[in-house]
Amino acid sequence: MKTLKGKAIKAGDNISTDHIIPGKYAHLRSNLPELAKHAMEDAIPDFASRVEEGDFLIGGKNFGLGSSREHAPIVIKMSGISAILTRSVARIFYRNAINQGIPVLICDTDAISDGDELEVNLDEGTVTNLTGGSRISFNKVPLFMLTILEEGGLIPYIKKHKDFVIPANQNPGFSEGK
Amino acid sequence: MSKTLAEKILGSKVPGVQAGDIAVVNLDLVFCQDTTGPLVVRQFQESGFTRVARPKNAIFFLDHAAPSPSKELSNDHILLHQFAQETGCMIAREGDGVCHQLVAEIFAKPGDIIIGSDSHTVTAGALCAFATGMGSSDVAIGLALGKTWFRVPESFLINLEGSFPPGVTGKDLILHLIGKMGADGATYKALEFSGGALEQMTMPQRLSISNMAVEAGAKVGLFPSDEVTREFLKEHGREKGYKSVSADAGANYEEIYSINLGYIEPMVSFPHTVDNVFPVTAAKGIKIQQVFIGTCTNGRLEDLAVAAGVLKGKKSHPETRLLVCPASRKILMDAIGLGYIGTFIEAGAVILPPGCAACLGLHQGVLGDGESCLSTANRNFKGRMGNPESFIYLASPATAAASAITGEITDPREIL
Ligand code: SF4
Repeated sequence: MKTLKGKAIKAGDNISTDHIIPGKYAHLRSNLPELAKHAMEDAIPDFASRVEEGDFLIGGKNFGLGSSREHAPIVIKMSGISAILTRSVARIFYRNAINQGIPVLICDTDAISDGDELEVNLDEGTVTNLTGGSRISFNKVPLFMLTILEEGGLIPYIKKHKDFVIPANQNPGFSEGK
Repeated sequence: MSKTLAEKILGSKVPGVQAGDIAVVNLDLVFCQDTTGPLVVRQFQESGFTRVARPKNAIFFLDHAAPSPSKELSNDHILLHQFAQETGCMIAREGDGVCHQLVAEIFAKPGDIIIGSDSHTVTAGALCAFATGMGSSDVAIGLALGKTWFRVPESFLINLEGSFPPGVTGKDLILHLIGKMGADGATYKALEFSGGALEQMTMPQRLSISNMAVEAGAKVGLFPSDEVTREFLKEHGREKGYKSVSADAGANYEEIYSINLGYIEPMVSFPHTVDNVFPVTAAKGIKIQQVFIGTCTNGRLEDLAVAAGVLKGKKSHPETRLLVCPASRKILMDAIGLGYIGTFIEAGAVILPPGCAACLGLHQGVLGDGESCLSTANRNFKGRMGNPESFIYLASPATAAASAITGEITDPREIL
């Protein structure tokens, strides 16, 4: 059983890739550790000082809208965030996060407050709020993407399989998280 | 079974697929731009690949930061040049223009499957190409294998009838639609435009509409191919690439929107979300310190013609910077030939080299604290133009040009 534990850092609705990592830092994009120091700074100015290994980033509506820069999920991952919990997520960001091996879990995040201690059970698809006491379930990651996620992202997946291998039982009936 | 346009295009590559299926498809074009391309290159190399599957169908563009404003970005350009040389991929030059405009001018054709490491790759949907933006891992693998996977999207039908009133263009329509749908209203869906109004709708207008499909969360924004498509291809010496592709009658749409263009007004998107849209009358009088006319949304010749028409013989407001950036080298040349560039210069504008210019806050028009910009671009997120303490309003080239004269957001219908 895979469980993750950490505190919630709440980011709110409509967090764009420009909030996550502004275009003005494009000159640092080939220096990811330096770039990662600016993760989330236009949305949560004290993010860098608060985030600890294993924490969860909590979004609201349409998390990750905007550009295709994969630097966005990369800097979130590098900051120590173990999973993103959000009410809904933009398409490109979702695929990028899975490709980087970061779970994006679609659930009702209203009952989560900033600083709450959470326990996420990836197999069961549940989030237990250890501070608030509530329990919420999330939509499971679609099967094909789950394989990519479990193998650590798209690059490790392709290194292993050399191609896209889509088992017949995963198609159709596949649905990507909204 | 009747098929949507999305099912039709993907189905021509993988027979029989329908919405909800996963399709692994060969790519007609894979492209990168210069701020996401370096990561694509690194991920490609990290995966152990050395060969690009079809280098003749792969291109790098230098547009977001070109010429480069910093040594780090210059080094990224060197990396892209080296990679192109080693793998035989094409690479465009600084000043050639914004990637999406060049894809439309040189590559995209009906029925193509295109991925790019930039979210506005959807622009080529105007030419009936299934074109969408992806992150660098997906694009790296797209280069290496020459293919990618898609989930075939469900479609929304946007049925357009009537014609635009004076002073109203495709930009106003797409802002109106995004305002109605919301920035996540079409997440993961294909937007398919159709209806009697298409006949009159020029390719530049279609490109600007498809360009912003992603601002409603859509995966693609597709137009069927028609005479307008054929004409555009012909103008660019590519008529042979034309084929007729359209949705079947009776295809299954998840939602249908019907819009009469006659009722659309000039629209303005307020900071800091694109779906925060109001008619221009609600924005009237808001002071602006910068007007930016350009980008992959509205830096085309037709857009410059409208703006030059408004600005001819006039001066931009002394307290408002006017920046004009043609979307490609060809557009710049044509605009010089037609006298538009002279008009802009006389009006006090700064002409920027074809590329992204001020759009993403890297250079050439970064806003100061508290400043507001009226831009013809597609995004107004906080910090987008380089400063989280500034404000971005989005509108059409007509509204932008009218506002440049007065120094405040102005209804273009008052000037026309
Ligand atoms: S013009 Fe703006 S939106 Fe278009 S590709 Fe360049 S940065 Fe992106």
